[in-house]
Amino acid sequence: MNQQTTDPSEEALNAAFEARIAAGETIEPKDWMPDRYRTQLIRMMSQHAHSEIVGMLPEGNWITRAPSLKRKMSLIAKVQDEAGHGLYIYCGTETLGVDRAELVDQLLTGKAKYSSIFNYPTLSWADMGVIGWFVDGAAIVNQTVLAKASYGPYARAMIRICKEENFHKKQGYEIVATLARGTPEQKAMVQDAVNRWWWPSIMMLGPSDANSPNTAELIRWRVKRKTNDELRERFIDLTVPQAQAVDLTLPDPDLKYNETTGHWEHGQIDWDEFWAVVKGNGPCNRERLQARRDAHEEGRWVREAAEAYAEKHQRAETSNAA
Amino acid sequence: MPKSTSERRPRTLPEENGASQWPLWEVFSQGEGGAPHEHVGSLHAADAEMALQNARDVYARRGPVVSLWVVPSAAITASPSDEAGPFFDPGADKIYRHPQFYKVPRGLKGF
Amino acid sequence: MLGHRLSEWCGHGPILEEDIALANVSLDLIGQATLYLHLAGEVEAKGRNEDALAYFREAVEFRNVQMVELPKGDFAFTIVRQFFFDVYNYHLSEQLAKSSSVELAGIAAKGYKEARYHLRHSSEWVQRLGDGTEESHARAQKAVNDLWRFTGEMFMSDEVDQRLKTGGIGADLDAIRQKWSAIVGDVLTRATLSVPTDTFMLAGGRQGRHTEYLGHMLSEMQIVARSHPGAEW
Repeated sequence: MNQQTTDPSEEALNAAFEARIAAGETIEPKDWMPDRYRTQLIRMMSQHAHSEIVGMLPEGNWITRAPSLKRKMSLIAKVQDEAGHGLYIYCGTETLGVDRAELVDQLLTGKAKYSSIFNYPTLSWADMGVIGWFVDGAAIVNQTVLAKASYGPYARAMIRICKEENFHKKQGYEIVATLARGTPEQKAMVQDAVNRWWWPSIMMLGPSDANSPNTAELIRWRVKRKTNDELRERFIDLTVPQAQAVDLTLPDPDLKYNETTGHWEHGQIDWDEFWAVVKGNGPCNRERLQARRDAHEEGRWVREAAEAYAEKHQRAETSNAA
Repeated sequence: MPKSTSERRPRTLPEENGASQWPLWEVFSQGEGGAPHEHVGSLHAADAEMALQNARDVYARRGPVVSLWVVPSAAITASPSDEAGPFFDPGADKIYRHPQFYKVPRGLKGF
Repeated sequence: MLGHRLSEWCGHGPILEEDIALANVSLDLIGQATLYLHLAGEVEAKGRNEDALAYFREAVEFRNVQMVELPKGDFAFTIVRQFFFDVYNYHLSEQLAKSSSVELAGIAAKGYKEARYHLRHSSEWVQRLGDGTEESHARAQKAVNDLWRFTGEMFMSDEVDQRLKTGGIGADLDAIRQKWSAIVGDVLTRATLSVPTDTFMLAGGRQGRHTEYLGHMLSEMQIVARSHPGAEW
């Protein structure tokens, strides 16, 4: 942490800020905030937004193959929601004084991170159900607490998002349940999907607390409300009974219920895999980024056209008015 | 001088080969039953017509929306924050500090 | 068909806001299709529902016009094709909303409301692309030229169409063609695009004679459903 030259007035501002946070107040865009609070928020929020956008790709992959019209529409709507979520959060991030183009640039050049889970491939229709169930499920556990985050625009975006996210998880679980009680092939399909997505999903909630140096400060600032391990525990506690209810097994032989604590304990997480994926060596990292770069590049002429048209017609209006 | 809102310098738009940038718009939507318009978020669009269409697609998909307003964010004047105090600067009458609200000549580096 | 082609843009749109817009149109169209197919299945009375008709028919059994099965192309192609379709769909729905078939009228009334928004969106984009930059103008003009020979099929009527029109169930395709030509001519001109003058028109989709694209599209669209016949999803 850099040593800043603090003088009495900055100390006073900092103290006032910390007091507001401790009192549960909401910080709005024009309020004074320590620079580090601002940069941490920009990092967290933009990462979240990037995740929503990249997250459209693994699911978008199955839209054209959705096996019924109803499922096709649900999936399009879900992916569309994710675009919307990305948009709400990008716009929320912009209130901190950064332009969306810069954030997008960071994503496309690989400087910014997004949730590691989206670097895994979707290999069967069943993945659509399991992603809704596990990935949206984990996201909900994380986001419900963020709805009370200290930064106003982020908290408000989260409230909007949580409403839609719950629906996604329900839909995902419904797909899973339908497959689990379907034909033997369908049941095998969904069990296979569970086997592939379980570990990446619990890793999605972040590295263990011992390896998360930022957590304490973020919790004090109410930008994070629970630790990664707490969120992970909550997610597992919620999900195990759901798996049991549809007669699917989770690929963890060490998963067992602890009568004393009332929580489910899990086996060893392969953090090497997690860090490899975070560093860019997951199965789909390059494909995901390339897809976003292509969309951005190919869209350039479209964006320029709209801008040129707007300029021409604005000039026409002003010269008409003259 | 302490770092504060007044110290944050607006940045130039990144020169992303051609830097085509659609301006920012704030969206207000009105629900049924005589409710007032409420701020629901923002979006980027090249002009008012597109802003309105996009606002409908993004913010009026769910739930009944009777009316939508879109306003260029730069056109909104906001009250100064209570904490303005000795560090108040005239630029702080925008709703927030966004690079687009401050026209800097292109090519001017070093901001 | 068109909904499917539009949905291929999900995650790949030129800007986030437009990704959402295209997905909205896609959803509306697939929603309309579901209602129409459901009604068709009931009228046919052979026990086929909308999924059976969508996922278990061969290419030659489909009755859509060729224009809608063409690959999505670039954004200009997608927009121009959408515009050509929207002008048609808007007027067709307007007429069918007065159909003597109550069910058909109900579906069309909903479609008409949606078509108004679609048409506004696509016509605005046609103008922005046509009267935008040199590049967008060139792409838009190419799209217009490439699509033109597919546009006539929308207005061709066979004896079934004639019977439906006489019975007050179907629409007057000639009247729609006239309105279509007027509106398309007007919008393209305002967009500084030239209206092609060739009169040759391709056809056959309504009789099941499609382009080669449809087969590939259906292979992808139907594969999961057909791999598990009788399964529920």
